[in-house]
Amino acid sequence: MKKASAVLLGGLATAAPVAASLTVFLDPLQRKAAAGGFVKVASVEALPDDGMPRKFSIIADRVDAWNKVPNVPIGAVYLRKSAPDQVEALNVVCPHAGCFVDFSKERKLFGCPCHNSSFALNGSVSDPKSPSPRGLDSLDVEIRNSSEVWVRFQNFVAGHGEKIPVS
Amino acid sequence: MKFLLDWLDHRTGYKDLVRHGLYENIPGGARWRYVWGSTLVFCLVVQFLTGFCLWMSYNPSSQTAWESVYYIQYEMTGGWLLRGIHHHAASVMNVLLVLHLMQVVIDGAYRAPREMNFWIGLILMQLVLALSLTGYLLPWDQKGYWATKVATNIAAIVPVVGPAIQKLIIGGSEYGHHTLSRFFALHAGILPASVVAMVTLHLLLFRRHGITARDPKRKPDAYFWPDQVLKDAVACLAVMAAILFLIIRPWLFGGEIGAELGAPADPSEPYSAARPEWYFLFLFEFLKFFPGGTEIWGAIIIPGIVMGIIFLMPIVGNWQLGHRFNIGLLFSLLGGIGLLTYLAIAQDGRDPEYRAAVLSAEHSAKRVKLLAKAPTGIPVSGAVNLLRSDPLTRGPKLFAEHCASCHRFDGHNGEGLASSEEPSASDLKGFASREWLSGLLNPSQIDSPHFLGSTKFKDGKMSRFVKKDVAAYSDEEKEYLKKVVMAVSAEAELKSQRAADQRDASLISDGRKLVADGDISCADCHQFRFADEDATAPDLTGYGSREWLLGFISDPAHGRFYGKRNDRMPSFGKDGILNPVEIGLLADWLRGDWLELEE
Repeated sequence: MKKASAVLLGGLATAAPVAASLTVFLDPLQRKAAAGGFVKVASVEALPDDGMPRKFSIIADRVDAWNKVPNVPIGAVYLRKSAPDQVEALNVVCPHAGCFVDFSKERKLFGCPCHNSSFALNGSVSDPKSPSPRGLDSLDVEIRNSSEVWVRFQNFVAGHGEKIPVS
Repeated sequence: MKFLLDWLDHRTGYKDLVRHGLYENIPGGARWRYVWGSTLVFCLVVQFLTGFCLWMSYNPSSQTAWESVYYIQYEMTGGWLLRGIHHHAASVMNVLLVLHLMQVVIDGAYRAPREMNFWIGLILMQLVLALSLTGYLLPWDQKGYWATKVATNIAAIVPVVGPAIQKLIIGGSEYGHHTLSRFFALHAGILPASVVAMVTLHLLLFRRHGITARDPKRKPDAYFWPDQVLKDAVACLAVMAAILFLIIRPWLFGGEIGAELGAPADPSEPYSAARPEWYFLFLFEFLKFFPGGTEIWGAIIIPGIVMGIIFLMPIVGNWQLGHRFNIGLLFSLLGGIGLLTYLAIAQDGRDPEYRAAVLSAEHSAKRVKLLAKAPTGIPVSGAVNLLRSDPLTRGPKLFAEHCASCHRFDGHNGEGLASSEEPSASDLKGFASREWLSGLLNPSQIDSPHFLGSTKFKDGKMSRFVKKDVAAYSDEEKEYLKKVVMAVSAEAELKSQRAADQRDASLISDGRKLVADGDISCADCHQFRFADEDATAPDLTGYGSREWLLGFISDPAHGRFYGKRNDRMPSFGKDGILNPVEIGLLADWLRGDWLELEE
């Protein structure tokens, strides 16, 4: 009886600090990623006609814990003209483990500097030995007012075969 | 399961360790007076646990410390409770330390062979006090900032090495990022590590020498487990209940639960409510007794001698008389500390300026949290800029400092304090509003101190006009006057009158015609809408608007306003008394134009 009471009361005494510590520790699980809306990125004229990609920063409002920062770079995309009036957008992040992929003009390939995944111009995996489970993540593009390129910027969970938006 | 445990025991011998830990003999059985050490260990564990979790969200820099603490307390789930426990457990630990020390001294538990352990205990007490002091700064709010400034300036009065010590503590000559980094490294690194080392030694020595049993032994000997553990558990539960009560106490009295978070630290903003945490108040009060040049006695020499005497207690206590002396000394010290603490609190309680400072600090704290919660959020430059650019916060302070020597605001100095002097210029509450202008144009009010009564314009043209002509107005003319008031007031485009101005647009239009050219001959003296070189009174174009007020406060002696007839009002902008930002804040505040936020 004494032993049980000692354990019970001791447990009760630590309940509040343990509960408070745990809820604050687990708080990030409740946080949601910012909803990806369309962002104006560039003009069609800024893209090479030969279908080669060009890298652009995504400028948008960023919420970083307590700070709200308007108009700062929150990521980057490769844009390219896939047809005279068609633009494709790829997230620069490698879907394997999240490194920033480079584009090689000579090889006309995207290459990941971390684990050597390589991707074709349209983003698909070009070398079957690439560790990346899927091609580069394509993003929705809209051409507005005849020449403005708007992109729905999103990040996707790395390491999966399917595109799962980061939540 | 048993197999696994046996396997583990075979390799670690943990069962022996647990047995050694739990089955310690307590001569005379478990007693309540032995619980204090355990409650302190309990508090330490709580502080480590809550401290680690706070650490995971805390950011020590002068642009992020307050902000991250705000975020923990107001945005993260359970953050208020976590911070509340950490904050109040620190307070409670100081009380428990004293109780533990009292029990040790009264029971003579410091006598040979336990002197070393007594000294280790005293070192632990110093470490806990240092943890309290360093932790107080970390939220980087006004209170912690100014209180810690005092503490580090005291360090600087140590002869020869003082200034160097101070520089090392604060990481340079000025308070800033490095002050926080250093305090945080002390608070979360060096000091806790020292505490762990010392507590380990303390417990090992305690186990080596055993408990100092209090005679007479009324009961047979017992083991630590479960008899004493049960008593310890009850005591720890009571301690936690006290901590939780302290957290919700403000809520019972209509305040905010959790630990206090003041406005962000601002070296340019005076803070007369700066006080150390309550357990340091006696030192704060003690310092008041030492006139300039002798502070070192109150801050270092006398406290040092007292600590020295306490260190010698085990040696003095070897004699029966010495032991009584120790007990007497301890109670006298506690009495003195109690008296000094009481004096400090009582003096503040009687001081209206201190109370006003506390109120103003509470207002700023409330306001900055509302601004931080607003959709615009906290800028990267830090929350302190939310207050610096807020008319509702800065306006009253600027008014009290620069305007209230002549003007009043609703009868007070802007910050709610009455002034002992008579006003010598108009009361600016609701300046340029319909109500204010109606008062100015009221024959029985214009020469009261509320308007022109204390100025050199008391018997001027305007005053004579109102007292003679307006006083004799027919009913029709009184209607005209109302329209004039509406029209002139509409020039100000006051936020509070936006709806009324829209509703009365046609009356205002009539009023404008009357101002410019009508029976009510404002334009005889005032300029309105058109440049008028003969105008001798302030311009009515845009009267009371932001632009008008900026110009007026900057230079009332400008031809557009009073010109040479200006009565004593300084040219705040032209003469560089206030900068354009400050004049803007003052104008916005007078116009009632600030971000309205719901609580």
